[in-house]
Amino acid sequence: MNLLVAQAQQIEAPEIHYGAIAPLLIVLGAACISVLLEALLPKHQRWAVQLVLTLLTLVGAVGSLILYATSERPEQGVATLAGAIAVDSPSLFLWVTLLVLGFGSVLLIADRSVEPGGAFVAQAAIRPGTVQDRAQATKTGMQTEVFPLTLFALGGMMTFVAANDLLTMFIALEVLSLPLYLLCGLARRRRLLSQEAAVKYFLLGAFASAFFLYGVALLYGYAGSVKLSAIATAAGGTDRSDTLLFAGFGLLVVGLLFKAAVGPFHAWTPDVYQGAPTPITAFMAACTKVAAFGGILRVLTVAFENTQWEWRGVLYGVAVVSMVIGAILGLTQTDVKRMIAYSSVAHAGFLLIGSIALTPEGDNPGVSATMFYLLAYGFTTIAAFGIVSLVRNSDGEATHLSQWAGLAKRSPIVAATFTFLLLALAGIPLTSGFIGKFVVFSAAIEAGLTPLVVIALVASAVAAFFYLRVIVLMYFSDPAPDGPTVTVPGAFTTIAITLGAVVTLVLGLWPTFVLDWAGTGSFLS
Amino acid sequence: MTWVLIALLVVPLVGALVVAFLRKDDKKAKLVALAFSLVELVLAGLLWFAYDPDGDRIQLASGVDWIPAFGVRLQFGIDGIALVMIAVIALLIPLVIGAGWTEKLPAGRSQGGYLSLILIQEAVTVGVFAATDVFLFYVLFEVMLIPMYFLIGGYGGARRQYAAVKFFLYSFLGGLIMLASAIGAYAMASDELGKGTFDWATLVKVVSDADSTTQTWLFLGFFLAFAIKAPLVPFHTWLPDAAAEAPIGVTVIVVGILDKVGTFGMLRYLLPMFPEASKNLAPYVLVLAVAGVLYGSLLATGQRDMKRFLAYVSIAHFGFIALGIFSFTSQAGVGSVSYMLNHSISTGMLILVVGMVIARGGSSLISDYGGMSKVAPLLSGMLLLAGLTTLSLPGTNSFVSEFLVLIGSFPTRPVFTIIATVGMVLAALYVLWLYQRIMTGPLRGDALIGAAAGQRSDSPSGSVGTLEKKTAIGDLSKREIAVLAPLVVIVLALGFYPQPVLDVITPTVGATLTEVGVTDPVTVQEGK
Repeated sequence: MNLLVAQAQQIEAPEIHYGAIAPLLIVLGAACISVLLEALLPKHQRWAVQLVLTLLTLVGAVGSLILYATSERPEQGVATLAGAIAVDSPSLFLWVTLLVLGFGSVLLIADRSVEPGGAFVAQAAIRPGTVQDRAQATKTGMQTEVFPLTLFALGGMMTFVAANDLLTMFIALEVLSLPLYLLCGLARRRRLLSQEAAVKYFLLGAFASAFFLYGVALLYGYAGSVKLSAIATAAGGTDRSDTLLFAGFGLLVVGLLFKAAVGPFHAWTPDVYQGAPTPITAFMAACTKVAAFGGILRVLTVAFENTQWEWRGVLYGVAVVSMVIGAILGLTQTDVKRMIAYSSVAHAGFLLIGSIALTPEGDNPGVSATMFYLLAYGFTTIAAFGIVSLVRNSDGEATHLSQWAGLAKRSPIVAATFTFLLLALAGIPLTSGFIGKFVVFSAAIEAGLTPLVVIALVASAVAAFFYLRVIVLMYFSDPAPDGPTVTVPGAFTTIAITLGAVVTLVLGLWPTFVLDWAGTGSFLS
Repeated sequence: MTWVLIALLVVPLVGALVVAFLRKDDKKAKLVALAFSLVELVLAGLLWFAYDPDGDRIQLASGVDWIPAFGVRLQFGIDGIALVMIAVIALLIPLVIGAGWTEKLPAGRSQGGYLSLILIQEAVTVGVFAATDVFLFYVLFEVMLIPMYFLIGGYGGARRQYAAVKFFLYSFLGGLIMLASAIGAYAMASDELGKGTFDWATLVKVVSDADSTTQTWLFLGFFLAFAIKAPLVPFHTWLPDAAAEAPIGVTVIVVGILDKVGTFGMLRYLLPMFPEASKNLAPYVLVLAVAGVLYGSLLATGQRDMKRFLAYVSIAHFGFIALGIFSFTSQAGVGSVSYMLNHSISTGMLILVVGMVIARGGSSLISDYGGMSKVAPLLSGMLLLAGLTTLSLPGTNSFVSEFLVLIGSFPTRPVFTIIATVGMVLAALYVLWLYQRIMTGPLRGDALIGAAAGQRSDSPSGSVGTLEKKTAIGDLSKREIAVLAPLVVIVLALGFYPQPVLDVITPTVGATLTEVGVTDPVTVQEGK
């Protein structure tokens, strides 16, 4: 008996720094409340309540984050929950990025003006073409499960970028992935494509998770701990078997690169981007990218910085493959969503360049550059998908490129905005896309990756071709007589698109504020 | 007087904004655009007087911080070369607007949109020449493509989409490679100074001391961008397409102004920043230059389309300009810079005159014309004059520059110079042959006779058509005379008295050569 008491006294409850993890708690807590509301509220009240709750949650989370960031806090960040979560400057930056991008995505998700009843159906699993399927496709009551699912995914993403050990990271990975698998299958139109997307994403995602977990196991075998810092210490100077370390690293990175849609682990991306409901595609393209690269940055800089000379060559090659795949396969696409998907693969290659731009002296110019790029890219992508959701014909979205011909004649403002966003994706100066590329490439040159930068620049030029092709279609081609119409967007979609476009412009003209902010502090190690 | 330079950047932008709101009213749009472009011309005149040829290297400098994190500044200033280029832009834009006054745009396009893009193009191009921050230069270098892309793609001929995309991608790729070099130079500066900067003068100091391998790599990045822009063979293939498909006024801007950014960049960036590499690689550049002279001349001779002809003529001329720049003598350098100016004026005039021919016949094929001097003697005279200044007849402006280039290059590069001289002979061939085919002989050609027949659909036979065309194809209108008159004056004035321009250019070219660190054989001889 005494022994038990003694043991119980030895187990100390971990210290929890509530102020630091408040944003995380708010988002996950609201997700739970949101599930309860779904069960308790009558159906006609749900949409309004859920939407208000979700938006308030995001605003509240950003508020609490700002409160914490401006308060007296340790310069290098704090590790809390027994060291499972690290709240340092990069975490805070990525959290804000995720929350604001999440805000934009939620606006797109909530929109009911473009598609009567919203872009989602209630049950993902009904067989397409059946009576029930047609019945649920014509039902106009908005399905509100998407709100808690989105909040859970967002909470998972936030945990993922702040996870300080690999097990927490794995759990966060699952928390962010599972709602996304489901959300992908909920598209109101083109049900079969949507279901295919969900299944494909789930199967490949499950594989990637397995890789990740196997990697974690091997690394535990190597270091005797799953903590990132412990792995770094172990790799710093021991005579343990390098095989375990690098096999573990390889498997772990495969899992991460899969989530980030870096080629050659991108095979799911075009299909899922195409099949998922467009607001969800926007959410995935913007937020999942941020989360995945946030995780990659932390793992590479905190756990594997010492061994960078061993793995840098491999990721170098991966970045090249990703850029080449994205740029070249993007050229052959005829669907707007697939085209942006391949563009995101190319962008993932650019981001990977920033992620591996570590210098031996330990100042990592690539970290802040990559984070800036993520923020810039996220806003541009959300606005771009917002516009994709507006161009419609009787079958839903008209995503085939030929249907975009002559769009500028009928909807000059939509065409002009989309052109601007495409120029940002291509990295033309005076857009955030250019500043993003510039900071990433200068960080890479500083870290001695000049040949990689030259390859990246050539890839950018190739990729520019398919963005230009869309602009050519919109401006210089004659519209098809039975072409799609541009839906006048409701307030939510308008706000989301405007937010994305304005941020793209502002960061292109005055990036200093965000650059400075991304450059403060480094990862807690 | 710093405000003049800023005003030169702002006025066309304001104009573009105003004109963009006049898309409904074509006539008002044209008048407003013309008024703004004339204000710009007056400002350029003021700039000319504000510039002191014997003063600082960069004058009228001003700037504010833009992205402090990277030491990027919005920084403008001019040297003699930039001044000349800005002046010629300001001169050509009103003429372009005047020449396109009655031009019909494709269906559904308004003059407001077209002129607005032209004014934006003017502002950005002035900015490219005035930027003294390398980052800013790059930004404007790329932004410059966007209005041009829409001008070619939106208002051009049948294959305009292809031409617009090709133009954009070529220049964009070149620009990106230049960006890599610029970042490389920036990284060197931040290593050396502890704080990064893109200031041109600082980068010149830092980078020009680098070892020759580093310089060579950075040089190649910048060179590719400028060689595509200029264009030098074999990076030229976008130009004939762009020139042929663009509306005639836009062709003037592409060939007369935008291309000069390439040679300007060589003088402002390549030579001072990478003196060692410039000297080492000069023979290779000269091979491209001389190849351009011969290739451009030969292909110009063989062209069937007048607009493509103009593009190849320009390619030949850019060969001369590059020859002068990379010969590293002050005479050749001054010759090249004045060639940049005179090429804009004489080729600009040639393009405008050809545009007037095309406006009458509705075809750009040479074989569609013949004997036009019988019905349009003034137009014919203008084509001859424009042609003669293009082939550098003594007494016209281009002669001075071409002569200076050749005489200046000979002491250092005799072989290249001798080969390039063949280009002068070919120039006489292609210009005079063009004139002969279009203007002389009996009236013939589908465009001339067909145009007349088309107007009288009930004409019973071709012979009646031949009589009718005299009324259908008129000579120069008052508007067209007003457009060409200033050019005629300048062509002859600079042909006989080029001194004012040479005075402005010479100190800057001298300073550039000092930055390269070459002893000028010509000056040395004169000194003895």
